[in-house]
Amino acid sequence: MVYLQHLISGISLGSVYAIIALGYTMVYGIAKMLNFAHGDVIMVGAYISFCCTTYLGLPPLLAVVLAMAFCTVLGIIIEGLAYRPLRQAGSLAVLITAIGVSYFLQNAAQLIWGATPKSFTSVVSIDGLTLFGGALRVSGEALVTILACIVIMVLLMWFTGKTKMGKAMRACSEDKGAAQLMGINVNRTISMTFAIGSALAAVAGVLLCSFSPTLQPTTGSMPGIKAFTAAVFGGIGSIPGAFLGGLLLGIIESLARAYVSGLANAIVFAVLIVVLLVKPAGLLGKQVTEKV
Amino acid sequence: MKRLSVKRGTVANYATYIGVTIAFVVLFLLQQQGALSNSLEGQLIPICCYVVMAVSLNLTVGILGELSLGHAGFMSVGAFAGIIAAQSLQASIPLAPVRLAVAMVIGAICAAIAGFLVGVPVLRLRGDYLAIVTLAFGEIIKELINCLLVGYDENGLHIAFNIRGTTTMSALGLSDNGIEIIKGAQGAVVTKIASFPAGFILILITLFVVLNLIRSRSGRAIMALRDNRIAAESVGIPITKYKLMAFIVSAALAGAAGTLYGLNYATLVSSRFDFNTSILVLVFVVLGGLGNIWGSIIAAAALTILPEALRSFADYRMLVYAIVLILVMLATNNPTLRAFFGRIRSTLGRKSEKEAADHE
Amino acid sequence: MSKLVSVQREARIPERDADKSPILECIGLGIDFGGLTAVDDLNLTIGRTEIAGLIGPNGAGKTTVFNLLTKVYQPTRGTILLNGIDTHGMNTVQVNQAGIARTFQNIRLFASLTVEENVKIGLHNQLPYSMWTGIFRLPRYWKQEKAAHERAMELLSIFDMQDLADHRAGSLPYGAQRRLEIVRALATNPGILLLDEPAAGMNPSETAELMDNIRKIRDMFHIAIMLIEHDMNLVMGICEGICVLNYGKVIAKGTPAEIQANPLVIEAYLGKKKEA
Repeated sequence: MVYLQHLISGISLGSVYAIIALGYTMVYGIAKMLNFAHGDVIMVGAYISFCCTTYLGLPPLLAVVLAMAFCTVLGIIIEGLAYRPLRQAGSLAVLITAIGVSYFLQNAAQLIWGATPKSFTSVVSIDGLTLFGGALRVSGEALVTILACIVIMVLLMWFTGKTKMGKAMRACSEDKGAAQLMGINVNRTISMTFAIGSALAAVAGVLLCSFSPTLQPTTGSMPGIKAFTAAVFGGIGSIPGAFLGGLLLGIIESLARAYVSGLANAIVFAVLIVVLLVKPAGLLGKQVTEKV
Repeated sequence: MKRLSVKRGTVANYATYIGVTIAFVVLFLLQQQGALSNSLEGQLIPICCYVVMAVSLNLTVGILGELSLGHAGFMSVGAFAGIIAAQSLQASIPLAPVRLAVAMVIGAICAAIAGFLVGVPVLRLRGDYLAIVTLAFGEIIKELINCLLVGYDENGLHIAFNIRGTTTMSALGLSDNGIEIIKGAQGAVVTKIASFPAGFILILITLFVVLNLIRSRSGRAIMALRDNRIAAESVGIPITKYKLMAFIVSAALAGAAGTLYGLNYATLVSSRFDFNTSILVLVFVVLGGLGNIWGSIIAAAALTILPEALRSFADYRMLVYAIVLILVMLATNNPTLRAFFGRIRSTLGRKSEKEAADHE
Repeated sequence: MSKLVSVQREARIPERDADKSPILECIGLGIDFGGLTAVDDLNLTIGRTEIAGLIGPNGAGKTTVFNLLTKVYQPTRGTILLNGIDTHGMNTVQVNQAGIARTFQNIRLFASLTVEENVKIGLHNQLPYSMWTGIFRLPRYWKQEKAAHERAMELLSIFDMQDLADHRAGSLPYGAQRRLEIVRALATNPGILLLDEPAAGMNPSETAELMDNIRKIRDMFHIAIMLIEHDMNLVMGICEGICVLNYGKVIAKGTPAEIQANPLVIEAYLGKKKEA
């Protein structure tokens, strides 16, 4: 039963990772860049929601929507100001710029909200489930997170598979030049991808802080890295891959934390290395070979 | 014509050695006169370490062309291996500089072994996948050392792992005159023996190794892999061997830098060498120019001092740093500006070539 | 230029000169990509100093044959004998060391390095000094680097490229890049040189010069040369034996005259060209 309890907390933690990883994998798929600022967008989303509920006294749901809206705009601005001018530049230049953006967001947050952790009140007010006569508890947060994660994944799969914009995104991630020749507005498509990715980051930020209710400017960085790991784990660019990767990562992490607390992150990363050695493109990724 | 290029390359190398030496002599004299501000004086040894880190990472990122986000991991291995060596050799090697040198060699060897262990499986991966695995490696090292308990007494080294957070130093069973060296998450206890001249010598050794390596058969093979892997294979260059070579040399140098860094503080925790440290060094390398050793040195030194120099901005300094970083990346990659600088460089280049031709 | 140069020797792909052992033999070579058979049942024999042509319409599998020979792809079926040695299980690096060098259809130079460095990288396996010798610049380093420099210059002089030695390979004009690729391949001291569309993008006078140079290389180095080319003047002009590939299968082998008279080839390939 204890295992099951760890499994459930792993799944809910994994769902948060999965939501971040879904955004990450979309952005990576289209922009082919390691967006290290993604984790900090999570943090911004959480702060916005925190402000809405604590200072403005808004209902949680509205706070989440506002956080999403704010992060959407933020994502578009970041892409337009910092990444778009570097579209033709080398990947390292973009990487360093993303790091710059990450520092910027962290330090701006520190100036605005201070370095001391804020205590975040959970946005979830529904009761949890108690199973097996109290032996197993599933918190309301866990239920909401898991549900949100599944809904988001299904929506994203529908969006990229069926809608015109989604198809444009897939076209751009395959070949930007060709997409442009087919009349797709590449810049707009990339902006849209960042918008969606950032909105998902906001949702993830609120949920993440509902689990572990301390919020500080560096809150986002480790989950950001882990979510990226999850995206790589599942096969970057693949939506079901990000979902699967996120879940597995969460489960591994919470089991590791329960039994070898000191090495939880090390075990997560070690599993990643092993997976990549066996399947170099991740669990569900496509292996791309270079044409000679 | 050809001679010339060797000469030009060699001249550039000598210029690098001489530039570094002059900078050292000036700073050393100022330090002896007590003319340096406290904050700058405290930065001298870290600057040396970061210069070595940047030059060695440039070997992986600029020369080999593989993105590594775990360079701090090798620094960490070097630091803690070096600390263990230096602390436990206190009795056998009383002379501090010698002990420091021995510790640095041990740090470098341990980091090289780590580089080999990581490199063998990992270098099959490419691009961002390699990057994420090196990142993972850095985090693994950090946590492993965070759990490490090491002590030394007359029976030798005592090592234990605090995996569940319940093991304490007493588990080592040290005798009464034993010393505690690494106390898990509380970090290592260090007798400071690092010195600025040692840092300078380490920089010279690093430059010697890296610059000479680049201009040898092995260096050419490494650069061939970077420029075109498939073509390199087609002319008979074994990929894994040279990738590993670059990776291990880079790791060893980072290890030596780590030892120097570690022996410069009274206590040291493994989280000092986290992902952000790796990124910091990567920023030096990219801003200094990929493959540009001289650029790495300047960028490492300047950017280590910059946050200090920005002190007048008080709380805003890291924000300013971030904005400067973004603006520099945008400016250096702006096509118009690039074309402008390209024109200047080609004009200068033509002039110097012409002068050279006149000399012939 | 459309007139054929007379075939000098009878060295043909199917029946080579009896007195010459072949440098390269392919027996029943084939590769499948998933369900697609890209090359099937390829049998080839190339004499030690033969110039052989591999032609066929686009997508016929010509470059795939080169990739099989150089082990970029491992063959699904069949055997490749190089100098009589089975190359089964070897990788690209090993077959190069065993004596196959190649150029690429889409030029693959070490673009950021100088022309001389490109050639010296080709000489890599003939400079056996170690990493430490290089770092400490021991006498061996100076001796071998000097020899490498001289050898590189000598090789570059085949195409009169000595003056370009200090230029960045990526900054060379297209034709010079193709020539440099050939020099780099030659630097590895091969027994057979595979040229993938060496005349692509060249004008007629450059092509004529290239034809002379290919012959010159064969005569200087006494090696076999196998080339993929779409320029029929070049192929018919210098190849002693020609193999025609269509849909991954050999549809004809023989001397240039035989190939030109072959109705199957005309249908698959030359016929189109005549209409054009």
